[in-house]
Order: sequence, then structure tokens, then C-alpha cells
Amino acid sequence: MELKEKLISSFLAFENHVDIDSPIHDVRSEAIKIFETQGFPTKKEEAWKYTSLNSILKHDYSVFPKNENTIEYNDVKKYFIHDIDSYKIVFIDGKYSSHLSQTTHDGIDVCLMSSALNKPKYQLIIQNYFNKIASKDSLTSLNTAFSQEGAYIQIPKNKVVDKPIQIIHFSTGNESALMQQPRNLIVVNENSHVQIIERHQSLTENPVLTNSVTEIFANKRAIIDYYKVQNDNEHASLIDNTFINQKQESHCSVHTFSFGGKLTRNNLNFYQNGERIDSTLKGVTIIGNKQHVDHNTLVHHIEPNCESHQDYKGIFNDSSTGVFNGKVVVNKEAQKTNAFQANNNILVSDKASINTKPQLEIFADDVKCSHGCTIGQLDENAMFYMRSRGIPEKEAKGLLMYAFSNNVLNSVKIPEIKQRITKIIATKLGVNIGFDL
Amino acid sequence: MLKIKNLHASVEDKAILRGINLEVKPGEVHAIMGPNGSGKSTLASVIAGKEEYEVTEGQILLNDEDIDELAAEERAHKGIFLSFQYPVEIPGVSVTNFMKTAINETRKAKGLEDMPANEMLKLIREKSELLEIDRKFLSRSLNEGFSGGEKKRNEIFQMAMLEPKLAILDETDSGLDIDALRIVANGVNKLKSKDNAVIVITHYQRLLDYIVPDFVHVLHNGRIVKSGGKELAHELEEKGYDWIKEEVKA
Ligand SMILES: Nc1ncnc2c1ncn2[C@@H]1O[C@H](COP(=O)(O)OP(=O)(O)OP(=O)(O)O)[C@@H](O)[C@H]1O
Ligand SMILES: [Mg+2]
Repeated sequence: MELKEKLISSFLAFENHVDIDSPIHDVRSEAIKIFETQGFPTKKEEAWKYTSLNSILKHDYSVFPKNENTIEYNDVKKYFIHDIDSYKIVFIDGKYSSHLSQTTHDGIDVCLMSSALNKPKYQLIIQNYFNKIASKDSLTSLNTAFSQEGAYIQIPKNKVVDKPIQIIHFSTGNESALMQQPRNLIVVNENSHVQIIERHQSLTENPVLTNSVTEIFANKRAIIDYYKVQNDNEHASLIDNTFINQKQESHCSVHTFSFGGKLTRNNLNFYQNGERIDSTLKGVTIIGNKQHVDHNTLVHHIEPNCESHQDYKGIFNDSSTGVFNGKVVVNKEAQKTNAFQANNNILVSDKASINTKPQLEIFADDVKCSHGCTIGQLDENAMFYMRSRGIPEKEAKGLLMYAFSNNVLNSVKIPEIKQRITKIIATKLGVNIGFDL
Repeated sequence: MLKIKNLHASVEDKAILRGINLEVKPGEVHAIMGPNGSGKSTLASVIAGKEEYEVTEGQILLNDEDIDELAAEERAHKGIFLSFQYPVEIPGVSVTNFMKTAINETRKAKGLEDMPANEMLKLIREKSELLEIDRKFLSRSLNEGFSGGEKKRNEIFQMAMLEPKLAILDETDSGLDIDALRIVANGVNKLKSKDNAVIVITHYQRLLDYIVPDFVHVLHNGRIVKSGGKELAHELEEKGYDWIKEEVKA
């Protein structure tokens, strides 16, 4: 059976074993219809021209894992940012793992989507926020249809959350192939501040496909810093759909570090619904072999006096492929918009490739928009300069590539993350950078 | 120490060096002068091992070893240092960390452990004081946004850190104000010993007032067309190059 048919028939079984009276039953039913009509995206669609899902859709994925699995913390400690205190919402094969997690209801809610969907006290929030900014494309709809578990974070007004929140999904390989559909909802109210780290980690060589949807609401003056650590093994693929709705004077940043995975597609969407909003989208991609990473971003400037900063760097080795498709829309009303976009790439190997395409749709006249895409090799003069000081070719390359991605790390606010990413980059580039550059 | 024999080098099939002969002994200072485009920087780059240039004939011997096959970093490990005419900007790598990496990689090549951190700090302090470089400067990205003079002073700081056997200073004086010229020249002189040698490429006599050469060579069209003592530099300053070009033609 094709995956699409399997998913549609599983949906019926799924709706039976969750609550049919659930307030989102209608939303789910509608969503599966959209998926049924549209199917998985193909290269014929403009937005998927350079990313083919064929190779990852051919597996016979389990949609609902049969068993609950456990993992010992010590075996997976390295996937956590473990040198700082944090809240943790951890899933194993899509199921909540209470013993690896540290949730809270003390003044803030850091807990589970399943509770939010099922408990009456959250009903209002679900009504107001659930599926309100997620788009109606086929993959997001597929997730909506199966939405059941994930992270639920709700921060009331005037709260600086005392420590970062880590959302981690492990897959164990107990299923011969696993498809997961995590669904996260994050609501941050006025003047509040939160930092979130998200990671998907497969512990198996069995294929894993994750189709994740995250909806984020930043109310007035909220500050949200979100870090996506994508360093999965080469049997795991991720389609990350993130939607961020910002209100007046809020500041949101998303850093995406893509170092692993077989195929990774990031659909990152910012909607600026208010004035003096700041949105930051940054990414470092370093891949090799036959890995593929696709960044598909949208920043929609709807009101005046807002800013957006996009800065994506990519380093592509071996036969890896990259895509950057950055769309900026500036509505007619959004005067004095300041939108900056840069995508710089280094192709380390002749066989690597990147397709980069900025898309600007500007309807206002008093705006500052800049964009620049570069694809290059390493600067020969810089290489000679470094080597003439005794730094061997390989180390010089590593240092230059590290320096190249450095800008993006500058805006990382959690030092432990910065350190961790530095280490991953150094390892990826095969250099021993024993210090913070 | 350095023997260059009938060196020919070209880039993209264009011959630039066309038969250079030069011998530099330990303790000596050689000045190379010559009109723009005569091949001075090319000679410096070829000695330092820039792969862009192809040696088509002749040899470069360092302590009697042919270095043709050696990569730029291996030449650096053997004590060759080039102060660039146009130092390259490297955003994202601080001066300090660049030097730490350079020193430790050089030590690694010699089978030594990394230099202990406190020793490194002491060395950096000592050498930055020698060249009167503000410590704040050292945490900035290498050469990025440095003024012309700051870049040159930083080159000599690197030289002081690496203590090369053979230093080639390519127009280190250009861009330096009078005080900086004195500081930089003084730095170079302090590093001089009977065991190392310096090749100074310059257009002006004024640097040679501070770093006094034992020999002065004139490079023209990829060849050394005249050599002499330090008085040759004075003569060039006075008369320019035309008389030499005439001599060559004759
Ligand atoms: N990479 C290159 N590609 C093409 N031509 C080159 C290259 N490098 C040097 N040349 C040419 O070789 C000649 C010598 O250049 P070089 O830089 O060595 O001169 P120079 O003596 O240092 O001059 P200046 O006094 O202006 O610094 C010039 O004509 C220059 O254009
Ligand atoms: Mg020159």
C-alpha cells in the first residue's frame, strides 16, 4: 500500500482511538481531506522543485508505534544540552517519556499537547490558537489530522522563564520504519520571555520520517528565542513546519543548525501582525555525503515599522545538496519596513550543489529591503595567507569555514548552545578548534 | 640559507620571473627594489609557496634543500615568513586565535605539544608591547577593517610571534606613518640575529635608513639586473630606474 493510502486508512482507526467528541475532531477531519486531495508534494510544485520526497516516502512506515519504549538517560545524555538546568519535554517514538522529562505547571505550562487537547481547562486556548496560523498545505494538514502529541507551552504575562525548555524526540528503531507527526503549540503572552531548544534524534538505522508542525504565538513585547538542532543520523528525515505569529514589539528569533539527517526540509514562516516587530531567521548548514537540506522561509510584513533579518550560511561537501528559498512579502501598509536577507554558500566539492532563490514581493514604497546570495569556493588568497603562517591546508579550510559561519553564532544567546554548536561545527569540518573564536 | 638559481615562474602561461639568481646568508639583510610590476611580490610569493605560480625552471634551496615540492605551511614550518604587501582580511578569526593556531600548528609539525596557555599569553604580551599594539586590537577579526598601517604593523607582530629564519617583508613600509615606521623597523631590528635573514622589498630609501641592507638588488622584468651595496638604494632614490633600464638595453 502506498504511504498516502496507508495514512488515510490509519486516520479512521486513529479517530476511533482518540476522542471523537474532541473539540478538534472537525479540524482533523477537514485536514485529512486536504491531504487526501493534495497528496504528498512533488517536484512539479514550485515550492518543491528542488526537493524530492520520493526516496523517503517509499518505506513502509508504522504510523502508530505498538510498544512504549524506554531509554536510559545516560545513553542519550549527549543529545541534551545537559550542562545547564532546563525544562524538558521528551518523546520516545512519539510517546511522552515522563522519566526523561521535566515539565511544570508552576506559573507557566510546560507540558504535553495531549493534555492540552484533552483537558477542559485548556479548551479556550486550544480554541483560540490551535491550527490558527498553520497553513493548509498538504504536509501541515497531514500533521493536523494526526495531531495528538507534542509540546504545549503557555507562558502568562510578564514572565521571564527561568531556564530554557528542551523539546527532544527520540526514535528507537523498535519499529522497522517509523513516521512521526509531532505537534507543538507555544503561546507566549505580553512581556514574557522564553528560550526553546528543539531536537529530533534517531537512535537507529531504521528509517524515520518526522513531519512536525509548531505553532508559535508571540504576543505584545514577547521575546522568543528558538534553536533547532538538526544533527540526526543519515537514516532520519525531517520536515519541519513552523509558523510564528508576532504581535506588536515582539522579538522572535529562530536559529536552525542543520548538520545531519538524510533529508531536511524547513518551512519557516513568520507573520508580523503589529508594529515595531523584529524577526530573526538564522541558519548554519554543514552537510556532506548525499544529505539534503532545504530552507524554505517566509517573512510576511503586514504592518509598518518592522524589521526582519535573515542570514543563512551553507557549507556543502561531497554530493550533498542544498536549497534556500527565501520569500519576503511586504504589504502595501507595511511602510518603513526593513528587511534584510543573506544566503551565502560554500561548495567544498565539485559534486555538491545549492539552489538559492530570493523572492521579494514588495507592495509598499518606503521600505529598505536588501538581499544577497553567494555561492563560492574558499578564498584562495585567504587560504595562502593562513598557510603561509604554518596552518595546514585542512585546518586553514576548517578555520575559514568556521569563521564563515561565525556570524550566525554571534546571535546565539545561550552560551552552552553556542559552545555545543561550535564543537559540532569543528567536528564536522575536521578541525580541532579548542577555543572559542 | 637561501639560494635561488635561475628561477623562472609563470602564471597562466605568462612568464613573470625570468631567471632570478640570489643568495642570502644567515645574518644578512637584502633589499629588493624595482619598478611596479617587475615581479617583486611574485618572487616573494613563489618563495613562500603560493601554488598559483608555476616554477617552470630553476630551483629554490633552503639550507641546501630544494623546497619546490613543499606546501606553503611546510615552508612556514621551516622558518620562511612573508609579510604581505596586501594582508588578507579574515572575518571571524581574531588576531590572537589566528596566532595561537599558527604557533601550535607549527609546533605540532615539529612534534611538540601545544604551547601552554600562560606561556602563549606572555609571548603575546611581550610581542605586542614590542610593536606598541593595543591589546584590544588583538581580539578583533584579523585585518578586518584595519587601516593600511595597522595591517602592516600586525604583519610584523606576527613575524615577532613566529620568529622566522627567513623573513620577506613586502612593502611593509607603505602605509606606515613616520612613528609607525620607526616602531616597525625597530621591531624588525630587535628580531635580527646572526642566524636569521631578512629580505626587504621596498620602493623607498627611508625604510632602509632604519633596516640597513647589506645588499641591494634591482628587479626589472623578472630578472635581477643590478646588485650593489646600500649606496645603490641612495642612487635609485636620486635617479630613478631609467638609467638602469638603459643599461639593461645596452
Ligand atoms: N596572479 C596573477 N595573474 C596574472 N598576472 C599576475 C599575477 N600575479 C602577478 N601578475 C603580474 O606579474 C607582474 C609582476 O607582479 P608583481 O606583483 O610581482 O609586481 P611587483 O614588482 O610586486 O609590483 P609593485 O611594486 O607594484 O608591488 C605584473 O605585471 C602583474 O600584473
Ligand atoms: Mg608588489
